[in-house]
Amino acid sequence: MSESVPRYWREIKIRERLIGSKCEDCGRITFPPRKVCPYCRSRKLTEVELPKKGKLLSYSVVRKPPAEFEKYAPYVIGIITLENGVNVISQLTDIDLKDVKIGMELEGVLRKYREEGEEGLIHYGIKFRPRIK
Amino acid sequence: MKPIVVGVGMTKVGEHWDESLKSLAVEASLEAIDSSGLTPEVIVFSNMMSGRLQVQDHLGTLLADELGLRGLPAVRVEAACASGGVAFHVAYNMIKSGIYKVALVVGAEKMSDTSTEQTTTALMTAEDREYTGFYGASFVSLNALAHRLYMEKFNVSEEEMASLAVLSHENGVNNPFAMYRRKISTKEVLESPYVADPIHLLEAAPISDGAAAVVLASEEVAKTKSSVVSVEASTVATDAIRYYEREDLLTFESAKKAFMNAVSASKIEKDRIDILELHDAFTIVGYLTLESAGIAERGKAAKLVASNKFTLSDKPAVNTMGGLKSRGHPIGATGLYQISELYLQLTNNAGKNQVDNAKIGVAFNVGGVGTTTSVSVLKRR
Amino acid sequence: MKPLREVGILGFGGYVPMYRIKDEEIANVWNAQTSGLPVIEKAVPSQDEDVFTMSYEAAKNAIARAKISPNLIRAVFVGTESKPYAVKPTGSMLVTSLGLDNRSLAAEYEFACKAGTEAFQSAIALVGSGMLEYSMAIGADIAQGRPGDELEFTSGAGAAAFIFSKKSKETVAFLEHSVSYVSDTPDFWRRQGQKYPQHAGRFTGEPAYFNHIISSVKTLFEETGLKPSDFSYAVFHQPNTKFPLRVGEILGFPPEKIKPGLLSPVVGNAYAGIVPLGLSATLEVAKPNERILVASFGSGAGSDAFSFVTQEALEEKKNLAPLVSDYIKRKKYVSYVTYALYKGKIPR
Repeated sequence: MSESVPRYWREIKIRERLIGSKCEDCGRITFPPRKVCPYCRSRKLTEVELPKKGKLLSYSVVRKPPAEFEKYAPYVIGIITLENGVNVISQLTDIDLKDVKIGMELEGVLRKYREEGEEGLIHYGIKFRPRIK
Repeated sequence: MKPIVVGVGMTKVGEHWDESLKSLAVEASLEAIDSSGLTPEVIVFSNMMSGRLQVQDHLGTLLADELGLRGLPAVRVEAACASGGVAFHVAYNMIKSGIYKVALVVGAEKMSDTSTEQTTTALMTAEDREYTGFYGASFVSLNALAHRLYMEKFNVSEEEMASLAVLSHENGVNNPFAMYRRKISTKEVLESPYVADPIHLLEAAPISDGAAAVVLASEEVAKTKSSVVSVEASTVATDAIRYYEREDLLTFESAKKAFMNAVSASKIEKDRIDILELHDAFTIVGYLTLESAGIAERGKAAKLVASNKFTLSDKPAVNTMGGLKSRGHPIGATGLYQISELYLQLTNNAGKNQVDNAKIGVAFNVGGVGTTTSVSVLKRR
Repeated sequence: MKPLREVGILGFGGYVPMYRIKDEEIANVWNAQTSGLPVIEKAVPSQDEDVFTMSYEAAKNAIARAKISPNLIRAVFVGTESKPYAVKPTGSMLVTSLGLDNRSLAAEYEFACKAGTEAFQSAIALVGSGMLEYSMAIGADIAQGRPGDELEFTSGAGAAAFIFSKKSKETVAFLEHSVSYVSDTPDFWRRQGQKYPQHAGRFTGEPAYFNHIISSVKTLFEETGLKPSDFSYAVFHQPNTKFPLRVGEILGFPPEKIKPGLLSPVVGNAYAGIVPLGLSATLEVAKPNERILVASFGSGAGSDAFSFVTQEALEEKKNLAPLVSDYIKRKKYVSYVTYALYKGKIPR
């Protein structure tokens, strides 16, 4: 089940730079961007780039992956609380399954998520790995 | 005006290699119609994934035609794993409005037509696939995030987490419609491989085929029947579509709201519930539902089940016919299996698992990771 | 060559993947001798990495050290021979992922192992001519080598990015002079559609590597009047451990001037990425007011030579991003099987 090209294209910036939206009325930030604030229903929202450092809140290991993720399985999926308190979901990379710990310090890097076969598009997005420095 | 359950029908849950989505739905529907002795005026079809798994939509009309009921109004309802409960909610309101007097609500899902990868991909549409699915999360893994957090935060052991699966299987043994009619031990659960750590294979409801149907009628029509089960409330509530965005990852706001509304509509408090059907697609969903509804204290549900609460002799008794874990979880049909099983209990037709004097039954049907919850309150009159 | 206005390096950043394989492990698989191996170990990218993702991380580090908003950079050139798409620019992918201005130039350079310094020349020229204020050049490769071939013992992975601006107090080093020298010398090639390169064995040495580097560096000496003793450091292309030290000896550079930028023993030959990476590592240990010679080599064949002089801002900017040495320290050894899987040698 490949994504359509326009559908992938529309989201490139959001996924590769972690673009969310900030509510100008209540100040809350959400990922991905929205048209209406889920907290105060304001429609005055602006795009913001989210920080790429955070801590691991919870994680799972995907053993039975969805189609086109087979190549990377088993892989770690986690909820990361970013420095500004916003939660995002992401894969973890450059880490052994046994080394994953709740609360560990992570940083976002750009990685491949999947390939539409040998000939199709490559999908990229932010993954998180243990901080280097 | 309370809608009355006048008939139910179920197929056995399993891998029906020689049946189609359509033939399963027809079988359950005919049984429900025949047991009601009435002709439906409207059809509500519950299904989640036919567009992807069978590449077939327009299910309401398809079924009306197959049942020899061409011309009837028919709709299809979809709310992920809560499709059945939400479809029941729609039919309930159709009867309650007085516009229709007899409604057939049928749920069916055929999950064995595709590969596990394709089904796994389709199940992820319960979340916002564009954002959560892109990252390779499987639906099980999202529940696993909650499962791990719950263990960590409330200091719950793996053994305790497994206990709801053990309980459901204990009861499923005596359900002729159940997919896996065998007991399992905690040890077996914990020795089964992970599907998405820390969720073991035996803590996850199986991919299955099945159909269940319910005929609802107005009180006026039902008067001529011997039916004794009324629907006291049917509620639905929703929460953030993306699990990771919830402010409290260990409360199902949808279950909390839907149950609160059901209590206030039915005037039935939680201590009067005899039978509770929990949506144990994963054990964690069952625990968080119990806690969000206030039936168990926060952080205590798994421990309660592990200490042998909620058995057939307890009040409430939970998942008396095997729950999703043992009976099976054909997504769009699940909510209607729950209603049908409550109906069997309340009409004293539950066989070996009959709960004595069962008067009030409640079903929680949950879609997503506690994203949509429907609560149905049934009562023997 | 000298630009119209003086150009400096405003920011720089390297990247080396986490996984390593020891040459001994490769030798054992092929029953080869373990004495005289060309490098100790080489970097292996994870299976979710490619030249785009490695370039992205190097560029992020360079932007952090440049201390400018990325949307001021108006050109990004990537020198590589292993870009993810044969047709579809990595440069435009970087423009979007890094948040550069869409009104930018973006292109790839291909010249075997010297594509990275080719990108330098072009990025420098745009700033030096005054056509734009900030440009970025990246050298990055996941080097290919046929299983069992000599190249498999050295083909590494890495990337480095450099942001150029006009020379100022903010630049960490400025460019004194540069030279490019090329000729048709078929020492190494890869035909269209082929996965692994071919090489001409010992022919890659004297007529190719040594001749071109010596020619470019001697031209630089002639044009500037500089001599080896004027340089504190030298970064030569490093297909193995021996060649850069040997060319240094011929040109008059002792090993201690070469070693800070000699990464191939522990990273492998990251093709177009290795000289930029060597320059990053050298900048990380250099003090202000030191002269660095850079001489790349690309098969086919050619060499670009540069003379850079470090400035005061280097001290403060070094620690604004992870160092190449941090990436080199961060390592996890993998078996040949894992390496083969990660590099796509085992189809999955």
